[in-house]
Amino acid sequence: MIELEHLCAGYGGRDVVHDVTLSFCPGRVLALLGPNGCGKSTLLRAALGLGSRSGGRVLMDGIPLESLPLRERARKAAYLAQSRTVPNITARRMVLHGRFPHLSYPRHYRKEDDEAVDRALDWADARDIASCPMGELSGGQRQKVYLAMTLAQEAPTVLMDEPTTFLDVGHQLEVMAVARRLADAGRAVVMVLHDLPLALRGADDIALLSEGRLVICGTAEEVYASGELDRVFGVALRRVETDAGWQYYYG
Amino acid sequence: MKSWRTSSIRHSNAPLLAVLCALVLLAAGLSMCLGSALIAPGDILPALLGEPVSAAARIIRYARLPRTCACLLAGSALAVSGAVIQSVLGNPLAAPNIIGVSSGAGLAAALCGALAPAAAAAVPIAAFGGALLAVLLVLFIAERTGASKLTLVLAGAAVSGMFSAATDAVVTFVPDALNGYSDFRIGGVANLAMSRIIPAFWVILAAMLLVFSLAGELDVLLLGADTAQSLGLRAKPLRLILLALAAALAGAAVSFSGLLGFVGLIVPHIMRRLIGEDSRPLLCGCALGGAVTLTLCDLAARLLFAPYELPVGIVLSLAGGPFFIWLLLRQRGGRVHD
Repeated sequence: MIELEHLCAGYGGRDVVHDVTLSFCPGRVLALLGPNGCGKSTLLRAALGLGSRSGGRVLMDGIPLESLPLRERARKAAYLAQSRTVPNITARRMVLHGRFPHLSYPRHYRKEDDEAVDRALDWADARDIASCPMGELSGGQRQKVYLAMTLAQEAPTVLMDEPTTFLDVGHQLEVMAVARRLADAGRAVVMVLHDLPLALRGADDIALLSEGRLVICGTAEEVYASGELDRVFGVALRRVETDAGWQYYYG
Repeated sequence: MKSWRTSSIRHSNAPLLAVLCALVLLAAGLSMCLGSALIAPGDILPALLGEPVSAAARIIRYARLPRTCACLLAGSALAVSGAVIQSVLGNPLAAPNIIGVSSGAGLAAALCGALAPAAAAAVPIAAFGGALLAVLLVLFIAERTGASKLTLVLAGAAVSGMFSAATDAVVTFVPDALNGYSDFRIGGVANLAMSRIIPAFWVILAAMLLVFSLAGELDVLLLGADTAQSLGLRAKPLRLILLALAAALAGAAVSFSGLLGFVGLIVPHIMRRLIGEDSRPLLCGCALGGAVTLTLCDLAARLLFAPYELPVGIVLSLAGGPFFIWLLLRQRGGRVHD
């Protein structure tokens, strides 16, 4: 479990995230929402020790981040970055890279690494494209491979920065389904999302950021009821009850 | 184009690497046999093992052997160095000669020759120092300016130009600093003694082993700094270590073969296409491919205008330049690296 306490962080000497206290709890899907530039990515990066933190504390399983070596951090939290390069290697090789924190120098893969990769490919539903070169995959398929790489890390906390951006609706829902299954398996899942209805339907909890500050954090129900989403995004979010639960739309 | 680039990475690289191994042996064998005097393949082993009494045996021991060793060694060192530099800087245009690594090594070798002409063993170490200085300069400039790909190459060109001018200055004052200076600028492997190659050999061997042991790290580095660090890799120090190793490889090669240009640029490009970007097989391919390329170019340099010989650097640039342009034309509209 990762806990942020009064976290301040930014880049280029300027604070973007101010005094955020937040926990990433096992078994829950947390959606991080907020307008562009409000510090969502900076928050995720700071939670992992990437970028510079100017104040507050980050605890991983109760241990301050700075006293954990990078490899230990990588075993506790996996991260799907926003910018994803596409090296000219097969999808399976790519997913194998997720095993990096579990290997010692000079990095020879063991049987258990192959098994973890197979599991991750199954989780992400990417088994069938495992032997394809990354360069030949579609955006949605690449995303699955990146997701599988993140899962191959087998860390109890999974942070994903905009995992659904640039994906068609079908692939977006698949990513949300993977997040749900991960949480059901006891992992803490945190995802930066832009699609409010998708987040409200797919996430257990929602943390809403505005101008670097945490506006509200609670269950999807609580956050919807508070009306803060409407205020921060300047929209009118409404919902109707259907057989499949609440469906959200912009009124 | 795209399919050529990516289809091969589906399959095992073992057959390709086996073919390259065979080519290395073939090229080395030809290099021992062919030249101004033809030598039968059967005479090679006895000449290498026994006392060199016959003329043929002396040619093999004192001319062909050092020359062949120099080609194999410099070719593979420069190609691996180029592959590492390209990967670490994420820049397909980078290569030891382009970002100033080779000219840094050249300047150091010239200074070494001018100040301590007797210390032949110190030349590879000095060359490594010069190459390292160039790498650090370019890295520093790149980091300060945000490391755009274009800036990096421009910074490299500036650094390269400065070091070349300084080398010219040294040679102007101490004409014997680099014996056979024109050969050094072009790059050549004729008239070498084993005593000049052996110190560089140890540097190259050590750097090569370290580079190969870091192949897994290099793979992860290719995923970008954030992803690399979230996988537990310290990207900054690793970059420095890898570039220092690339500098050691290029520096050691330059210390005896001079400023050979294109091997470090072209061989990694070809291998990337044939093998993909999986670092371990890619580096193996570069080591073998570099050795083959340089040995074959040297053979051509010896045979094309016999009895006259060209320095191998000329053949390399004359053959490599057009080939490289052809590569660029083929990938028009496509992206090389991202």
